Order: sequence, then structure tokens, then C-alpha cells
Amino acid sequence: MPQPQSEPISDRISVLISEKLGLEGPLLPILHAIQEEFGHVPQGALPLIADALNISKAEVHGVVSFYHDYREVPAGRHVVKICRAEACQAVGGAALAEATLAKLGVEWHGTTKNGAVTVEPVYCLGLCACAPAAMVDGKVVGRVDAAKMTKLLEEAGA
Amino acid sequence: MKDFIIPWDDRDMGTPAKEGAPVTLTIDGFEVTVPEGTSVMRAAAEAGIQVPKLCATDMLDAFGSCRLCVVEIEGRRGTPASCTTPVAPGMVVHTQSSKVKKIRKGVMELYISDHPLDCLTCAANGDCELQDMAGMVGLRDVRYEPGRNHFEQRAAVGPNPEYIAKDLSNPYFAYDPSKCIVCSRCVRACEEVQGTFALTIEGRGFESRVSAGMAGDDFLSSDCVSCGACVQACPTGTLQEKSVIELGTPERSVVTTCAYCGVGCSFKAELNGDELVRMVPHKHGKANRGHSCVKGRFAYGYATHKDRILNPMIRDRIEDPWREVTWDEALDFAATRMRGIQEAYGKKSIGVITSSRCTNEETYLVQKLTRAVFGNNNTDTCARVCHSPTGYGLGQTFGTSAGTQDFDSVEHTDVVIVIGANPTDGHPVFASRLKKRLRAGAKLIVIDPRRINLVKSAHIAASHHLQLRPGTNVAVVTALAHVIVTEGIFDESFVRERCDWDEFLAYAEFIRDPRHSPEATELLTGVPAEELRKAARLFATGGNGAIYYGLGVTEHSQGSTTVMGIANLAMLTGNVGRKGVGVNPLRGQNNVQGSCDMGSFPHELPGYRHVKNPEVRAIFESLWGVEIDAEPGLRIPNMLDAAVEGSFKGLYCQGEDILQSDPDTKHVAAGLAAMDCVIVHDLFLNETANYAHVFLPGSTFLEKDGTFTNAERRINRVRKVMAPRNGYADWEITQMLANAMLKRSGDAGWTYTHPAQIMAEIAATTPSFAGVTYDLLEEMGSVQWPCNEKSPDGTPLMHVDGFVRGKGRFIVTEYVATDEKTGPRFPLLLTTGRILSQYNVGAQTRRTENVVWHDQDVLEIHPHDAENRGIEDGAWIRLASRSGETTLRAKITDRVSPGVVYTTFHHPDTQANVITTDFSDWATNCPEYKVTAVQVSLSNGPTEWQEDYAAQAALSRRILPAAE
Repeated sequence: MPQPQSEPISDRISVLISEKLGLEGPLLPILHAIQEEFGHVPQGALPLIADALNISKAEVHGVVSFYHDYREVPAGRHVVKICRAEACQAVGGAALAEATLAKLGVEWHGTTKNGAVTVEPVYCLGLCACAPAAMVDGKVVGRVDAAKMTKLLEEAGA
Repeated sequence: MKDFIIPWDDRDMGTPAKEGAPVTLTIDGFEVTVPEGTSVMRAAAEAGIQVPKLCATDMLDAFGSCRLCVVEIEGRRGTPASCTTPVAPGMVVHTQSSKVKKIRKGVMELYISDHPLDCLTCAANGDCELQDMAGMVGLRDVRYEPGRNHFEQRAAVGPNPEYIAKDLSNPYFAYDPSKCIVCSRCVRACEEVQGTFALTIEGRGFESRVSAGMAGDDFLSSDCVSCGACVQACPTGTLQEKSVIELGTPERSVVTTCAYCGVGCSFKAELNGDELVRMVPHKHGKANRGHSCVKGRFAYGYATHKDRILNPMIRDRIEDPWREVTWDEALDFAATRMRGIQEAYGKKSIGVITSSRCTNEETYLVQKLTRAVFGNNNTDTCARVCHSPTGYGLGQTFGTSAGTQDFDSVEHTDVVIVIGANPTDGHPVFASRLKKRLRAGAKLIVIDPRRINLVKSAHIAASHHLQLRPGTNVAVVTALAHVIVTEGIFDESFVRERCDWDEFLAYAEFIRDPRHSPEATELLTGVPAEELRKAARLFATGGNGAIYYGLGVTEHSQGSTTVMGIANLAMLTGNVGRKGVGVNPLRGQNNVQGSCDMGSFPHELPGYRHVKNPEVRAIFESLWGVEIDAEPGLRIPNMLDAAVEGSFKGLYCQGEDILQSDPDTKHVAAGLAAMDCVIVHDLFLNETANYAHVFLPGSTFLEKDGTFTNAERRINRVRKVMAPRNGYADWEITQMLANAMLKRSGDAGWTYTHPAQIMAEIAATTPSFAGVTYDLLEEMGSVQWPCNEKSPDGTPLMHVDGFVRGKGRFIVTEYVATDEKTGPRFPLLLTTGRILSQYNVGAQTRRTENVVWHDQDVLEIHPHDAENRGIEDGAWIRLASRSGETTLRAKITDRVSPGVVYTTFHHPDTQANVITTDFSDWATNCPEYKVTAVQVSLSNGPTEWQEDYAAQAALSRRILPAAE
């Protein structure tokens, strides 16, 4: 549901939109700027973007929902992405993922109760030679086994 | 019933038709020649070969996503999609090789693996392209194991997370995501055809789903305008009319014409027996080209609404309850009273109002009733209150009282001026065609006090919005001409060749006067001078310029002057007489053009010929065997004035609700109350019927044969889809009334047995209709008048080689402010309009599910004016003018400027016309609906007038049970 936007947030969103409006194909840069600022793309931003670009709300929704990396709600303080592509699966990636989710008590895209970690699937990090692979806050990690994962999660404060 | 079916080819050709040089290719051994740019799929269809397809349809551009239409082309690698591959000379195509057959079967198998197999109980059973294609590719087995899917409500454990329940929020159609194959046809239809962009595909891959609006929206809360294009495009049962779900697939269809606005869309009425299942836009309809709006497509339920009156009724006094009687008794009662009035008060004491809702043939008979049976010219029509200034203004300047173009012309236009019209609401199908052209690059100038949707909506924006103060049209149009003349950007060769040069010189001298400059008029009109200059330059130099206008032009004290000013602009810029240009009045009612053509005005016989001309009278006198009065009769306001004075006593009012639609309701009520015999001929006990003595139940457009003439002068056939529920078509009822009166005076009666005979009489008497016959309409689908010896196939474009009157005539357009002025007591200006889902006085649309979009009239007011008065959004407010007052709810919006308020007049309990004044156009008496000085204040509830009115209406609608 579109959440009611408090005025300061929608004012700030309008500023972010206007900064990118001059670009060719400004929709993705605008969405990036908003996600960077708020950690997610608030639903309330969609009508503002639609109005500024003179496109429909549905079109903005279509684009936002197409890209998994645009978030509807803010992520935890750290984001752990576990690769689920073929090479990693072949060397225990799937089991690693399942164990991690079970340990944290979350589903895919879920965030731990203390807000420390969000776990997300990713399809190939280009690190097949060092599978199973993961990515923590944008940094790739290779040869992740249960012990390494535990350490990563501990560091993240999960 | 077979002979009702028109043998037009309704096949889906897969991709849209193209224009271009002929290209010859071979498909499955057959040689076929098609225009360059045509797809291989369409070329195959032209050769009679259907290539299997799911995502392609000829209403949309090719998309190439379903991979079912693959073919093999000799000398090319792979299997290209036939929908996205254009033809090339000498191409050799195979549509049925073993390779493509295998691919298609595999694709189909995948589709079916995620589709419920409930065909027998599916609402689209027998009307499903997925079903057809599965059959066509010969799919016999689906080898995929059950697994993740979108259609099962429950998975192995617990509910299926991929399953989305039906969206039933739209009153007319259902969206069932479980049947969706994600072909995007609905999304593309919403974008390409309707231009609303309400739909999208959300997510990606297996998660791709059709979504109306954003997350959390349903069809009703999204931008969807319920035009039905997506339902039309859907190849499965995903988007399906609720009427089909309830009633089943229709088995026969009749092509007919919509009875709502002046666009005149062609529809296929699809039925089972005499039960109407759905209305589907007819793709060969030349006005709508297969598109529709929420009114024509879905809002036909009024035809069977319980409020519809099916038996004639009479009463001695309007205070009495109605008595249901037989047709004979009702007609005898009416005839006796009408003849009695004429005996007591003279021949001219009675008259008629013809209907712009009825057919040409019916209107012709009603004016004939006045002229041949009553013996006077007291006939008028609702065009009096809408487009009478168009008739006068264009008649004076060009020589014809009609628009110059067909709707197809918009596809060739480069700059459009929309003035005083709100096409997305009033003429939605035309608006969609205009928006399509705007998206392709045409420029738009909007002249309107209100920020209408066309000013800015998804993918379109006006280059200039001249947001003028209501009532200053003439000043703005004159200033535009001033800029064009003084800056020397008018088309001198056109003016010299086609117009009267001496008159132009006089006009140029007038228009050059600095008092007409945008700088001089800015204070008056509120339009920034520089903006107006830019708009004028754009129109004069931007290529093909077309002007479209509506009631915001005509319904003013200077309505006729503005029409002339518009004609001047078109002539100045040389924008008359070819495709993509012209002056285009957007007529309000389905047959307002026709009712004007048919001689509904008190001074004109059919074909706009003045009654004072003896040679014209002679034509009708010899045919009808009567003498026609040489004096023009009374206009509607004159009839009402005369009624109040006591000299006008009887009125036959067909299909018009003057009490609600005409200005100054109190005056109309007083006039009606003073008459001795008011005969209302309508579907419902409308507001006027509260003052009637005789009620003759009318028939709907579904129940009769005839013709409507739309805004582009197109004569479209209306075909009888079902028997009249009230017993007779309206033309029969008028004939019965005429005959009842003729019997009393001992004259021979009328003997028409089919509307085709009436059309023959029209053709025989009216030069512009001379070539029109039902046979021709059957053959051509429709024809645009003039249709005669000179142009036997009709006339899509007028004034091509010269104006009908000879030389185009420039007329001086001096701005004279209306007498309706704001002041300390009434500081705001009220202007009125319409919205998409309701039609006019709402008699029909209020009796359909369309009320979910608009259940009451609201007053739009600018936040500044609202704040000054302490008014919040949704508050009850009192709206008062010098004539009267009413109450309604406020809607705060910056669509209107400060100082301007706006409302609609769709609901009788609001009665916006209690507020409007009786000022009117200087030439034609067209009322000044668009400008009223008002005050707005907070209120507790209905005014005394509203309460009295409701009580009186309830009292006068009582019907006594029929005598046993």
C-alpha cells in the first residue's frame, strides 16, 4: 500500500528527482538516488516520479518491481547475498543457504529481528572458481563454508 | 436472424495495416502482394493463411513475445517471428514446416503447463484464442510434471503463494490472474489504443504479472478509465466482461451505433436471443476504429432498468398521480387536448422539442408533426442549448453548419488547438485518437479555464495552456488572430485565393488595432501575453493546424462570435480543405448534428433552408399536401416565456429533459407548470415529466432502426437489436400521435412502415442527403453528408476546392463582456462541464454501475478560495448565484484557477441549473452555462429549493395501480 508520506520526505524526494531530471533516461538514476538516500524506494515516491516524468504510476511500478535491487522496505544494517547459481549449487551452495536461513530464522529477503542482517539470493557473482560464493555489503567472499558464514554473520552482529 | 449480420470480415489480421508500395512474396506457395512494411503474419492472413499467434492482434503493434508465430523463410537463418518480420520482395515463406510445427507445439505445451484446464466451465469457453491455438498446433499432451504454478489455489502444503485471487473491483469486468499468459496485450492496448497507461507488467520472469496501477492498487483504484480495450485485447478469459461470465457466450451479433456522445462509435451488440450480453466496439467503425469508452461499451444497463416506464400514462392535472392507460387512450387524450388548445388559443399555441438522442428519421417526423399537423414552426431542439452557435457561426463564415473533417483527419495533424472542450471526458474515443497523434509528435494548445487532463497526463503535455477567465473566449481568439496578422505569419495566398479579399482587408484593419493585442487583453483574460504570442506562432507556423472545440465555446453570450473567430483563425492560417486541418465542433449528443440537419430549428426546414423561402416550402408543401407557415416559430426560451404569459399551452417533448438541462430551472418549471398539455416521450419519468400530463414510453437505441449523424457528418446505421419493450419504436409513436390528431381534423394519416421510407422522403427533399439510402449504408457501412450526385460516396472533407458559400468570409469579432459579472456578493465565476463516467443529465448513466465513479456532483474550488471560506475537502457547501442556490460537496483542487469554480450537472438533486442565469448567445439564444457569478459558503444541508423540489418530484411521480 502507498504509505502516506510525511512532508519533509516528499520534499526531499522532489529535490532528488529534480536533480536528475535533466539526464537522458532519468528514471533509473532517480530511483538509485532515492534508494541511496532512504535505503529503499518508498511507495509514496512513485506518484511523485510519475508526475515529474509525465509517465503513469503503473509504469514506474513496472520498472521498480522489475529490478530486484530496488527495495520496497529498508534492509538490515548489513546485506548478505548468497549465490544460488549452478556452479555454487554444485559445491554445496544450496545447503549453505538453507542452513544460513534456518540459523537466522528468516526467509529469503528477510531481516533478522535485531535488524542486523538481511539475506538475499543472488544469481552468479562471477566467482564460480571460488564457489560457494557470497557477498557482504557489496564485497564478494569466496569458498564460503558453514564456519566462514558463521564468522561473517558474527561480524555483522546477527 | 441471420440477415441482421453484416458480412464484414472481422478476422484478426495479426498486425495493423500499413500503407506503402506493393511488395510481392510467396507464402506456402501462394503469391501475395501487400503494402511495404506489412508483417509476414498479415501478408499470410491476406492470403487466407492464419499463422498461430497469441501476443499479436491487429489493434496493436507487433511485440514478438509469444514465439508461437515463428515461420521459416528461405535463405534466412533460424525461425523468425512472423509478426515482427516485414515482408520483402521475392520472399518465400513456409508457415507449416515440420521444424516450426515442433517449436509451436513446444511453446504451447509450456503455456498450457501453467494454465488451468477448466475450459468447460471457463467464461471464455469458445471465445478463447489460447484454446484455439492449442487446437491449431495440435497439442495433445503436456509432459511437464505439476510444480510451481499460478493457477492452483492450494499448493502441496498450504496456500499457493503464486496464486492471486480475482480482482472484481471494476463493475463491468473481472481480472483473473490465474488464467493470464502474460502476453502484454492488455498493457499495450491501454498504452497504444486508449493512451491511459494504467496497466503494467510487474516483476520479471516467472513472477511477471499484469498489474493495474502500483502495488496495492486494484483496477478501480488505478488510473483505469474502464474503456474496455484491455478486455477486448485479452486472448484468454483473464480479462472478461462480467456480463459474459453471468450470461454466457453470445451467439449472434448486430452492428449498430452508440447512443451516447457525438463521436458515434460503431458497436457490435452481441446477444443470446433478445438478451444483450455485451457491446463490443466494431473494428470497421469509421469513427472509432475499434475503440470504445466506458459509456458505450458497458453502460447500457439503463435499457432494462426497473425505472423504465413501459406503459403510456395520463393525468388531468400535474398534481394528480399518473394513470396507466392503453396506447389508444393516451394518444386520444393527447390529441384531444392538443387540438382543444389550438381551438381555444390559436394554431401557434402548441409546439414540439425534438430530440438529439433519437434517430434522424424520428426527428424528421417530429418536425413534420409541427409543420404539417400543428400548422406552425414551433419546433426547437436541445442544440439550442449546445451547438446552435456552431450552426450559425460556421454557416456565416464557411457556408455549412457542420465540422469540416472526419475523425481520421486527426492522424495527419501537426498542431491541435482544443478550446472549450474536454475530450478525455466528453468525447473519450476521439481523445484517445488525439492522444495517439500527440504521442507521435503533434503539438497541442489548450484554451480552457480549467487544467483538463489533456494539459498534462501520461506521455502527453500541452505546449501551451492558455488558462483564460470564463467568458473571455472572444478576447483570446481575437488576440491570437491579432498576433498572426500583425506578425505577418498568416497564409496570404490562401486568403487571396479562397476568401473574400476586401472583407479580409476590413477584418485585418480591425484586428491590427493594438487594443486586440495580447498585452492589452491580458488583464481581462488572465492569459500571459507572451504565452499567447507563442501559441499563435506555433499554430500559424507548425504545419497542419486543426481546431477542435466544444460547449466551452458555444455556451456563452458571445458563443457565435467565438465560432466565427475560430473560423477566422482557420482561414488566416490556411487550415481548411485538406487532411489534418479544419474546424471541428465536438458535438455533444449522438445525433445533435442529425437533429439540426433534419429541420429541428424553428426557422429552418431540413437541410438548413429558411422557412421564408417559398421555393423550399413548396418542396415540402407539395409532398405533404399542406401549407407551411412562412414565419419562423418559437425557440425553447420563447416557448417558456410565452407559456408564462399564457399564449403557449401545449408541448410535445421527445427525449429531452429540459427541466434539468436548460438554464434557470425555476423559469423552466414555471413555464411548464403554466401549460395545459405537456406530452413527455421518454424512457424514464424524467424531471420534465414532473410537469407532464401525458407520458409516452420511449424505445432505446437497441430497439429500433434508423440513423444517427455524428460530429463528422457521418450517417451511421442504428439497427434494431431487440423488440421494443414498450411496444413501439419512437418513430411509430410520433406517427400514432400525428394520426390521432389528423383523425380528429378528418385528414388522412401517415403510413410509414419502416424508417427506410422516412429516409427516402428526407433524400427526396434535402439536397445534402439526396444520395442517402439504407442500401447505400448497408453497402458502405456509413456515409458522410453531403451525399448526392456530386459526391455519391459522401464527403469526408469539406471545402476542399472552395468554400460551400463561395469565398470564405472573415467576420469582425469584437469582444463584448457578458452582463453576468462578479461583484462583492458573487465574487467567483462558476463554469460547468462533464465527467467521463456520466452522460449529460445522467438519466441513463445514473441508472448503471457507472455511479461507482461519480455518485454525486461536486464543486471544484481552488485551495486559496477554499481556505478563505474555511472550506475543507468534502465539506457541504452552499453555491448561490443571482438566480438561485443549491448545495453540494466541495472538492479542493488546483485544476481550477483562483476565482473560478467548476461543477457538473449529472445529478438532478444538485440541479446546477438552478444557479445558471438566463443570459444567452446574442445570435442563437444558446444559454450562457459556462459563466455565472457565484458565492460559495459552508452549509448544513440541502437548500429549501432542493427540499421543495424533491417533495414535488416524489409527489408527481406517483403511479396509480392499473385498473383491474
